[in-house]
Amino acid sequence: MYAIALKMLIEDRAKFFGMVISLSFSALIITQQAAIFIGLMRRTYATITDTPQADIWVMDRNIQFIDDVSPLRSTELYRIRSIEGVAWAMPFYKGLIRARLTNGQFQTCNLIGIDDATLIGGPHTMLQGKIEDLRAPDAIIVNKVGAADKLAQNQGYGKSKRPLMVGEQLELNDSRATVVGICDVTRTFQSQPVIYTTYNRALKYAPYERKRLSFILVKAEKGVSPVELCKKITKLTNFATYTKKGFEQLTINYYLTRTGIPINFGLAILLGLLVGAAVTGQIFFNFVTENLKYLGLFSLMGAQRELLAKMTIIQALWIAFLGWGIGSGAGALLGFLTRNTELSFHLPWQLFLATGFAMFAICITVSLVCIRRIYNIELGILFKT
Amino acid sequence: MNQITIECKKITKRFDLETDENATLRGIDLIAHENETVMLMGPSGAGKTTLLLIIAGMLEQTSGECLILGKAMNSMDQREKTTFRGNAMGFIFQNFNLIPTLTALENVAIPLLLHGYSEKDAYAKAAEFLHSLGLDTQQERTPQNLSGGEQQRVAIARACINKPKIILCDEPTSFLDSERGNKIMTILDDIKKKTNCTLLVVTHDPRILHFANRILEIEDGMIKASREPEALTLTNPPGSV
Repeated sequence: MYAIALKMLIEDRAKFFGMVISLSFSALIITQQAAIFIGLMRRTYATITDTPQADIWVMDRNIQFIDDVSPLRSTELYRIRSIEGVAWAMPFYKGLIRARLTNGQFQTCNLIGIDDATLIGGPHTMLQGKIEDLRAPDAIIVNKVGAADKLAQNQGYGKSKRPLMVGEQLELNDSRATVVGICDVTRTFQSQPVIYTTYNRALKYAPYERKRLSFILVKAEKGVSPVELCKKITKLTNFATYTKKGFEQLTINYYLTRTGIPINFGLAILLGLLVGAAVTGQIFFNFVTENLKYLGLFSLMGAQRELLAKMTIIQALWIAFLGWGIGSGAGALLGFLTRNTELSFHLPWQLFLATGFAMFAICITVSLVCIRRIYNIELGILFKT
Repeated sequence: MNQITIECKKITKRFDLETDENATLRGIDLIAHENETVMLMGPSGAGKTTLLLIIAGMLEQTSGECLILGKAMNSMDQREKTTFRGNAMGFIFQNFNLIPTLTALENVAIPLLLHGYSEKDAYAKAAEFLHSLGLDTQQERTPQNLSGGEQQRVAIARACINKPKIILCDEPTSFLDSERGNKIMTILDDIKKKTNCTLLVVTHDPRILHFANRILEIEDGMIKASREPEALTLTNPPGSV
């Protein structure tokens, strides 16, 4: 009988396609908006992601997220190094700087300064050049996306831009900088180019401030728990300390609680859900209402109400499954096609399942509403013409 | 004497329980036997369909007793009624009530599927039944691609494929012309004779009265007359208005 139920559903083409399309769009909107939101949130802590060497980040207590830099005195580095359980502690500069291109245009960039001696904190994927090339005078490493887009050289009217290349120069705060390498790092939240250089050279490029040490990167000694070490450093220095995961979470929490981003995306997702639920619900309700007579006929032939309810649920589940599959599939395809663009798109399997859950929840709810009508079928309608 | 299949005693039905006026049925007595065709005639609003609904257990009488195959349906719960109806009764409607999105074969196979037949067996048996009604080439057609007579034959196949003891027909020929109406009644009469079932037919159609063993005329919720078709034929020949 379940096959008959599905055939009754599918053969009612207009309603069937109406429901599948509305649920597919709903699933697409939910998947796409949520995936972009997750992608954006991942970009907020791109610098932390690209600095995997450190177990712990030490910073001023007032810092709310990675870009909210409140520098420390340079001497604090030595205090951290003296704490038992610290394998190494390295300076890390992070700030914004204006780069002047050869054509005279300006571009704001993320400037990251890493330890001069060890180069800890540097990019881990070099596409051109070596990280050690940073030891050359005025050397900087630029990320691939920045070099190809915002720092690309304008070749004149009507001509395409030429990516910034190794050996070319930029002007950073009136100082000369020479590109010695191109790296691949995670795109940032504000899509600005990322420039790596040594810590001391970064201080030279950056505008002068009394305190200049943005963060201290710490590695815990073997056998020492990073979480315990965090507590110890905080207790001894009164600085804020976070593990890598903790700092990522702090940054995400800032964007979730202090910006309108989650509300904007949340509303879009909610609208997708509501529109899908409303349209599918309405069509499915009409479908069941129109077929109520035939369900009554099944009842006359010996079908118990439970079987009729199950048939209706099977129909709803089939629509949910198709809507979920098509919508999420289209969302995933969109993500695949835009994988190398500015669009931040991250579709974890949990989101895929959550979208499915939403689709099934919509359809189960709608079918439960319809089942109430099935249990109250007035069989006398069959005798009316 | 054939066994009694339907036994209604002093059935009344009032939709407004406050007053005795406007009662739809007022003390109906009806007995039908195996291998018997009973036709209920009467003007619109006389209570024919109400009586049919009470016999089918879809409506409860206000008073009186209605035994179907010796059982009172009003003492059964919903589940028991559904099972009993599915096993004992077949229904044929004025507007056929075929499921428009299913083929003729699928429409006929539904009762078998509901009675636990495998798909393969159900479709094979349904095809065989349709063949016996001369609907070989129409099996894969949906109802909108069948003529009125063909649709009613499919509906008959669906109602009779489980060999019910009682077949309840509500105006089975009213949408059909005289020739097709006669053909439908002939089929039903043949099935009745083969399966020994009871045919209870609500009709306004005088052209088919000669198929009846008994004709009950209902008016104002009461049986005004019970006659043999021959008696009726003498005064009101089939086809007369």
